[in-house]
Amino acid sequence: MDTNSLQRVSGEEWRIEPHGKMRVPAIIYATEELIREMDEKVREQIVNVASLPGIEKAAYAMPDAHWGYGFPIGGVAAFDPARGGVVSAGGVGFDISCGVRTLLTGLTVEDVEPVKRSLADSLYRHIPAGVGSRGLLELTDSELDEMLSGGAQWAVNRGYGTEADLTRTEEKGRMTGARPDAVSEFAKNRQRREMGTLGSGNHYLEVQRVTEIFDVSAAEAFGIHRNNIVVSIHCGSRGLGHQIGTDFLREMAIQAKNYGIDLPDRELACAPIESSLGEKYLGAMRAAINCAFANRQIITHLVRQAFAPVIPGAELAVLYDVSHNTCKVEEHQVDGHMKRLFVHRKGATRAFGPNHPAVAEALRATGQPVLIGGTMGTASYILVGTAESEIHSFSSSCHGAGRQMSRAQATKRWRGRELMDELAERGILIRSPSPRGVAEEAPGAYKDVNAVVEASEKAGLSRRVAKLEPLICIKG
Amino acid sequence: MNEPRWEHFQHGADVGIRGIGPTKEEAFQQAAVALMAVVTDPEHVALKREVIVEREAPDDEILLMDWLNALIYEMSANQLVFGSFDVLLGDHHLQGRAWGEKVDVERHEPVVEVKGATFTALSVAQNSNRDWVAQCVVDV
Repeated sequence: MDTNSLQRVSGEEWRIEPHGKMRVPAIIYATEELIREMDEKVREQIVNVASLPGIEKAAYAMPDAHWGYGFPIGGVAAFDPARGGVVSAGGVGFDISCGVRTLLTGLTVEDVEPVKRSLADSLYRHIPAGVGSRGLLELTDSELDEMLSGGAQWAVNRGYGTEADLTRTEEKGRMTGARPDAVSEFAKNRQRREMGTLGSGNHYLEVQRVTEIFDVSAAEAFGIHRNNIVVSIHCGSRGLGHQIGTDFLREMAIQAKNYGIDLPDRELACAPIESSLGEKYLGAMRAAINCAFANRQIITHLVRQAFAPVIPGAELAVLYDVSHNTCKVEEHQVDGHMKRLFVHRKGATRAFGPNHPAVAEALRATGQPVLIGGTMGTASYILVGTAESEIHSFSSSCHGAGRQMSRAQATKRWRGRELMDELAERGILIRSPSPRGVAEEAPGAYKDVNAVVEASEKAGLSRRVAKLEPLICIKG
Repeated sequence: MNEPRWEHFQHGADVGIRGIGPTKEEAFQQAAVALMAVVTDPEHVALKREVIVEREAPDDEILLMDWLNALIYEMSANQLVFGSFDVLLGDHHLQGRAWGEKVDVERHEPVVEVKGATFTALSVAQNSNRDWVAQCVVDV
């Protein structure tokens, strides 16, 4: 992106003043280098978002922003229903409630290194990954509806995990306001046999070691120390969420004109929050959030099962579970008034600062853990929300490295098997059914995650707590 | 005019699929081959099962999206992969047939699941050679 087209407000804040159909400014948080790497489309898309009805304050792009559908990935926008605000299926994305759950293991690198290979094999055996994989369960119609209403709580009630897991999941693992009746049969059919599966693409499960601590007291509160082993799960609402995205994107695009919405681009398909279509989407989207919660909860159970025979007695506890593709109702301050807003985060992570009531009690004084997925060869991060991100970005931060190379470019440059050998030499074991899938997800195809989290910290969106590097990666 | 063919085009995080042919129908068929090629080599798919798709939509572009999404649904819900396609287009109406088989991870080495066809770069139009081009970006 050409930096001349932006006004630099401060080191990491770049602004586009309202012009044309824009109702509010667009603000991009990034270093100059990250801005230069961003596609021009990010600018075009964030400007379009700023033109949607009922948008409050500004349309934001996070440091890892890249070209998405309608909204950029790494986009944040909040809408006021009282001012004709909209909800957008494209503003949430296809993979509804995709997110990261990190598990503490109480183990150190020394405990895991001698059994790394068997642990990798055990995880790969236990956790269904990749195209054509199926979960252990096949849900009936009524079970599907119960899962869509109950989320991770439903999974725990069925014996997958513990009550303690729920206290460390956003919304305590159950999103209220879910409407299974708003979810199409197509969406339900896609999910019937997919519970507890990882999926493919950029989704993964990693065993990681803590290589660096940036904030000792926050790390202490989160229960992480240098050399600790943690497990991170990155996946979402699977086929169900994809189909809900598909169904509502189409319906919203067709109906927009009936609602008097002039779309600058059909990809921005949206409906007024206070409309039957808007409400129906919100109900279906919340059901998909529950599906993602339940999915990560079942995978947590499978991870525990996979650890048990290899490292008997290991106790895996949830540090936190946070989504990065959602629309949530939240209270935020706008022009000195508290307002109830519908905050879209697409490839952006909620990042509540200290003392926010929505954060798990044990972590509340410290702030919400913000879990950032990297690539299989580089690093991931645990960040913490800051008080000031409320002012900057409706308490939102980045979500990952963000791609910088297309899948086709990546497969031209890397071969899956060679890449797996190279990573193995560096002590990183990859288990995947698809070598080409691994090549498409090559670490070099992504932006520098270190630069992304540093920019987020400098911009005040969140603060670094710990850096994680992979030992094992199960890739779909 | 040229032989019907397909290609992929670049999109930041995902993949653009494009079908090209002397008729709109052939462009739709080729777009489906391009979609399958994101997942596996369509030439290695045995044509054992037939799936029939019927859709109605307000315009050709949404019809294309619906056609591709119907195939994505079959791949996801019924674990199918396809190797051959036939499309008939009427007024706002599509009747399509797809032939394929159950995915075999060893043999097909499927790369990635496709989540959905999108409005991004979605178009159905004739190019300067008078060939029909049907394309969009799919989210993977």
